[in-house]
Amino acid sequence: MKFTAPHIEYDLVAPILIVLGVAVLGVLIEAAVPRVHRYLVQTVLAAVGIVAAIVAAVLVLNRIHPRAENPKPGFLSAEGALAIDGPTLYAWLLILGLALLGVLLFAERRLEGGVTAFAGQAAALPGTEAEREASAKGLEHTEVFPLLMFAVAGMLMFPAANDLLTLFVALEVLSLPLYLLCGLARRRRLLSQEAALKYFMLGAFSSGFFVYGIALVYGYAGSMRFERIADAVAAGAGSHALLLGGMGLVAVGLLFKVGAAPFHTWTPDVYQGAPTPVTAFMAAATKVAAFGALLRLFYVAFGADRWDWRPMFWVVAILTMVVGSVLALSQTDVKRLLAYSSIAHAGFLLTGFLGARSLGDIHAGDINPVQAVLFYVTTYGLTTMAAFALVTVVRDAGGEATHLSRWAGLGKESPLVAGSFAFLLLGMAGIPLTSGFTGKWAVFASALSANAWPVVIVAVLMSAVAAYFYVRIIVVMFFADPVGDGPTVAVPSIMTSAVIAVGVAATLVLGVFPGPLLDMLGRTAEFIR
Amino acid sequence: MSLTPLHDAAAVPAVHPTDAGSLGVLLLLVIGLPALGAAVLLLGGRRTDKWGHLLGCATVIGSLVLSLVLFFDLLGKDAGERQLTQDTWTWFTAGSYKVTFDLLYDPLSAVFLLLITGVGSLIHVYSVGYMAHDERRRRFFGYLNLFVAAMLVLVLAGDYVGVFLGWEGVGLASYLLIGFWQHKPSAAAAAKKAFVINRVGDIGLSLGAALIFVTFGSTSFTVVSAASEHAGDGVLTAIGLLLLLAACGKSAQFPLQTWLLDAMEGPTPVSALIHAATMVTAGVYLIVRSNFIFSLTEDARTAVIVVGCITLLMGAIIGCAKDDIKKALAGSTMSQIGYMVLAAGLGPAGYAFAIFHLLTHGAFKANMFLGAGSVMHGMDDDVNMRHYGALQKAMPLTFATFAVGYLAIIGVPPFAGFWSKDKIIESAFADNFVVGLCALVGAGVTAFYMSRLMLLTFFTKKRWEKGVHPHESPNVMTWPLIGLAVLSAAGGLLLVNDWIVDWLTPVVGEHAEEHLSVSPLVMSLIALLVVALGVLVAWVFVGQRDVPREAPVKVSFVTRAARAELYGDAFNEEVIVKPGWSGVRGLAVFDRGFVDGIVEGTAASFAGISSRFRLAQNGFVRSYALALLAGAAMVLLALLAVNFS
Repeated sequence: MKFTAPHIEYDLVAPILIVLGVAVLGVLIEAAVPRVHRYLVQTVLAAVGIVAAIVAAVLVLNRIHPRAENPKPGFLSAEGALAIDGPTLYAWLLILGLALLGVLLFAERRLEGGVTAFAGQAAALPGTEAEREASAKGLEHTEVFPLLMFAVAGMLMFPAANDLLTLFVALEVLSLPLYLLCGLARRRRLLSQEAALKYFMLGAFSSGFFVYGIALVYGYAGSMRFERIADAVAAGAGSHALLLGGMGLVAVGLLFKVGAAPFHTWTPDVYQGAPTPVTAFMAAATKVAAFGALLRLFYVAFGADRWDWRPMFWVVAILTMVVGSVLALSQTDVKRLLAYSSIAHAGFLLTGFLGARSLGDIHAGDINPVQAVLFYVTTYGLTTMAAFALVTVVRDAGGEATHLSRWAGLGKESPLVAGSFAFLLLGMAGIPLTSGFTGKWAVFASALSANAWPVVIVAVLMSAVAAYFYVRIIVVMFFADPVGDGPTVAVPSIMTSAVIAVGVAATLVLGVFPGPLLDMLGRTAEFIR
Repeated sequence: MSLTPLHDAAAVPAVHPTDAGSLGVLLLLVIGLPALGAAVLLLGGRRTDKWGHLLGCATVIGSLVLSLVLFFDLLGKDAGERQLTQDTWTWFTAGSYKVTFDLLYDPLSAVFLLLITGVGSLIHVYSVGYMAHDERRRRFFGYLNLFVAAMLVLVLAGDYVGVFLGWEGVGLASYLLIGFWQHKPSAAAAAKKAFVINRVGDIGLSLGAALIFVTFGSTSFTVVSAASEHAGDGVLTAIGLLLLLAACGKSAQFPLQTWLLDAMEGPTPVSALIHAATMVTAGVYLIVRSNFIFSLTEDARTAVIVVGCITLLMGAIIGCAKDDIKKALAGSTMSQIGYMVLAAGLGPAGYAFAIFHLLTHGAFKANMFLGAGSVMHGMDDDVNMRHYGALQKAMPLTFATFAVGYLAIIGVPPFAGFWSKDKIIESAFADNFVVGLCALVGAGVTAFYMSRLMLLTFFTKKRWEKGVHPHESPNVMTWPLIGLAVLSAAGGLLLVNDWIVDWLTPVVGEHAEEHLSVSPLVMSLIALLVVALGVLVAWVFVGQRDVPREAPVKVSFVTRAARAELYGDAFNEEVIVKPGWSGVRGLAVFDRGFVDGIVEGTAASFAGISSRFRLAQNGFVRSYALALLAGAAMVLLALLAVNFS
């Protein structure tokens, strides 16, 4: 068999390559640069790498308009393994932006008294002499930056993947570094390690479903490529049972990643146990990548069969919103509560996803589902990131004070922190003049235009339930008396403050002036095949 | 009730102003000066304490000068060109509905401008002396400036929404000034009462404006006046009644009259400016301004006349029994505004006379209120006339000016009130005998209670409290009195050659000729006879007897009713407040029991479900994996079920 070297359009995939290159470089730095300099070098390298990738992505964005030599709004790259089109590029920019905020949170050192929020020496067992020694020496793991960059590279590939194998590789590339990062907390290390292990085991389990699903789909279509699968589905060739089984199992893998019920069980434990900067990054960026992939797979490859898969997603969306909203009611830990909130948001995103319809049914001025989902995930990502960043600054002697009762009276202690958090919560609840309202309106409009009104009714009801627990936190912060000494608000460095400021500003701006972004998404949200 | 028939529908004059050109700046400044004064005084804080009152006077006097310039300019134009407009800015748009903040300057606004800024200036000057010892004088002047600015907006607005802005503005200023001495619970309560009752009237204006918009697609006078002939009778009547409700609230007409007597809790200059001369006449302004509505709807005008008649008699009766000098004057104000409303209800035959009486009343009533203030100033702020008596010697200037006002209000020629009231009585008789009789009787009662007031205060024997040494007020207070007295005496000049009627013709249309069966001269003589009778009765029953220092308790039913302000408050209490309270209590019970029950029940059941289901989140990976497996099964089943069903 003759081997032909694949043709790679390096300029098109430059953002992925830059991020991967920086990650590899980061590993080398761990080996070569003295310990004292590593923090600075790694932080700067990661930040510069991400900015370079953003620049590269913007350059690509300027080239995807349809033109004579390429009438499609985008390119198939790397022998068709990656699709570089509007949704891909938007997801890239969003993920890279969130990653930049993530780097800022990872690099925060002031809150822990001069070290990062990550374990001094991960190999030292919790509670041992070795751990105390590492802590006394002020050690810290700067490997978190290359790990973050590897995860980002996987996230960039995920929504761009145009065949099932690439999709799977991207899934694993983004997941494995996250499993590790989850176990690296400096405080409450047992909880952190338990979370990492749970995430890993359940992730591996779901990957099994995913791979088996790929095998079934391949058996049905005879190809991994999305456009070939789409042709096969449209032609109705082969055994339909194979297709259904394959679609279902692939969906399980993706729904696990977005944290949809009943595949959400890992989310609260992992979000709670992971170091909060990791939780912030993971909660925001993973959702972007996973929804990008979900949209492409089901719209491009399985789009013609949507009458079969849509009812299943109806059920999952309803279940996800109900589980997320209702279980959040009885939570007493802020991080767990935000985890359930993110499950509920996954449900709202799935509601927007249900707006799938053929291009001919989308009228000018309609909200199309890709546009709605991408807008919602933007608002959700920025708001969530800032909310978790705020969790890191409310502290007591044992580190972050995440129990809700410890937040009582925060409004008096620090009106700024409590006010910002309250605003972000109102944003998540979808109060008008916040981005959450516009986002909810977009996904509901998308679902309604595909006649998914029962889902929208549940979504509206669950929004009301969700508003209850968001407002409950506000009530606790502003109208309850502090217990004991009450929490203290640590003053973070400019980095965490910047993340919070960006999140709050985005929540406000996208709520008051959503027009430009929605219009821009309306123009670019078209998949190529 | 037969009303003067209209010549034809085309008699309704349309508002078609021309651009004000260079005068527009002056129009803006007329409002702008007092508005600026209010802003500086209220925002400037204590820094402006020293010169605040001077600034307050200066802005209003500046407005007066500008108003005079504008007036003489208008006077020089042909009758057909006496409507000017100044576009300012688009206030807001909603769909096709656009409200521009246009100013309309026409003969009607012109005379109001002179009244507001003229009387306003005199009262500002007077207040410098009257409020000299008040720590919060600067704030007082800020509120007065705010009032003047709002009142000017009201009369200059070229759109019902603009009128509404001024309407609410004067309501606010009135509230702030009635409650100016808020440390007195009675003042605070009076302010609240005035505000609440005015809200009832305001609903009339806002609903009226809304109905006008629905009917005509615009709230601008220009559009509405041009189109009102084509509107249906029912709609016009409804608009008229809603505007009448608004007028009743602001002008203290039956059945919304009860707040005016309590409003006398405010400082006396406030009573003179707001609750006698200007704000309370805004209702009359609204009706006359809306002549293109009222001229076309007999039913609404009938209602206006009825309200006017009832109020003019009610006010007069209340005025007879009050011992508080300001409340007696307030009753009189109600009554006199009743005359104006009655005249306005007569339609084209009465609009001009309503405004004429409004102007003369503005002068002589402000004159008497300030005179009353001067008396109170000399009597240590005692308002009870039973503690007065024989002040004629002690306060000669106050007495002289007050006497001019007195002669004007009871209608003795040649003082202003004679001409204006006489015209209303004539027109009323021409319209309907019963209405005319009410107006005539009212004139007699007016003569009685005003003579009683005069006698109790300036004549009869001394009944002063111990340690009170009445003295004449300082010049800064007496000069405005003299100014107003001159106006009260000479106001009748406006009627020379029917000037006021001709002047207002571009606004309210041709004056309708009245058909009186007797000659006007006989009518005037009859009216004078009735007035003389009233004075005589007062002389016999008050002037010739000893006045007890305490009000007698054993009095007739009529006196008791009049002292209780004809049970207006009791009526409100029984018919509105008490049922309102029971309704609110019922709603509160319903809210707690039923609404809260549902809400809290739902919340509790969700919380219950939540705490039950959170147990599934047990922390064991094996359970999670099982859930994942079950989920995968569910997904596959859902796909298969859809496909093979």
